[in-house]
Amino acid sequence: MTKMTLETEGDRQVVVTRRFAAPPEAVWNAHTDPNLITRWLLGPDGWSMPVCIVEPHPGGKIRYEWSDGAGNGFYLTGEFVELNRPNRIVHIERMHLPDPTPDNRVETEFRPDDGGTLMVMRMTLPDADTRAAMLGSGMEHGMEASYERLEAMLEPQRA
Amino acid sequence: MLDTVAVPDRLDATFAALADPTRRAILGRLARGEATVLAIAQPFAMSQPAVSRHLKVLEAAGLVERRVEGNTRPCRIAPAGLKEINRWLAALRTSLEANYRRLDELLAEQTQKEEEQKNDQDDA
Repeated sequence: MTKMTLETEGDRQVVVTRRFAAPPEAVWNAHTDPNLITRWLLGPDGWSMPVCIVEPHPGGKIRYEWSDGAGNGFYLTGEFVELNRPNRIVHIERMHLPDPTPDNRVETEFRPDDGGTLMVMRMTLPDADTRAAMLGSGMEHGMEASYERLEAMLEPQRA
Repeated sequence: MLDTVAVPDRLDATFAALADPTRRAILGRLARGEATVLAIAQPFAMSQPAVSRHLKVLEAAGLVERRVEGNTRPCRIAPAGLKEINRWLAALRTSLEANYRRLDELLAEQTQKEEEQKNDQDDA
């Protein structure tokens, strides 16, 4: 009922969609309030976010620091570009591993959907190579087989 | 957020191998079928030793495998290397899905709290 889709679009975009059983206002808060963000934006099990700075206004800063509790960690920094509560957030982000990854421009929409919210998150990378590196597939032309497998993997969950 | 997936060590070598545009082009060529070093070198205006060096990196990363046929050693894309990348993609999905499952729970909890508050107000 709330299945996620993850697809590539064009040369340098990745689009993730997901439905939530709460109105856009609530989903917006969960994306902009540090007290809420630190409860879910954690990646794999076992990780936590000891530092979460979010300034939800144009030009405002974002800083997330993750830790696995065993000395491993990394962080993300970013800036808000545009906010239209409760429907749309545009921000730029980059990971520090610790070298910064190329800027990722993220447009997140929270669309009212039958009492809930349909989230459409569109990530735009600077170029095809960066997206390929992010997705772990560097072969623009050679990865057809891989993409086909990916599509096959996504297909049953799209229904 | 995408990068919150822990990348296995082996994949470091894979990504490092993929970071080079020439190596990606070589893989693009190999995606069309098996080829010898000579055939691969041709469109790149590169020396055979230079192409061989790139192939060694790709081989070490598990992306390319070679076999011996007479005097030549044709190269091809290693299915296992692709599988590993697919596993990483699957891990990315798993990670995002874990995030959103947690968010589902958080939202459900908040909705319940709001309803309780509303009921309290109605009772008052």
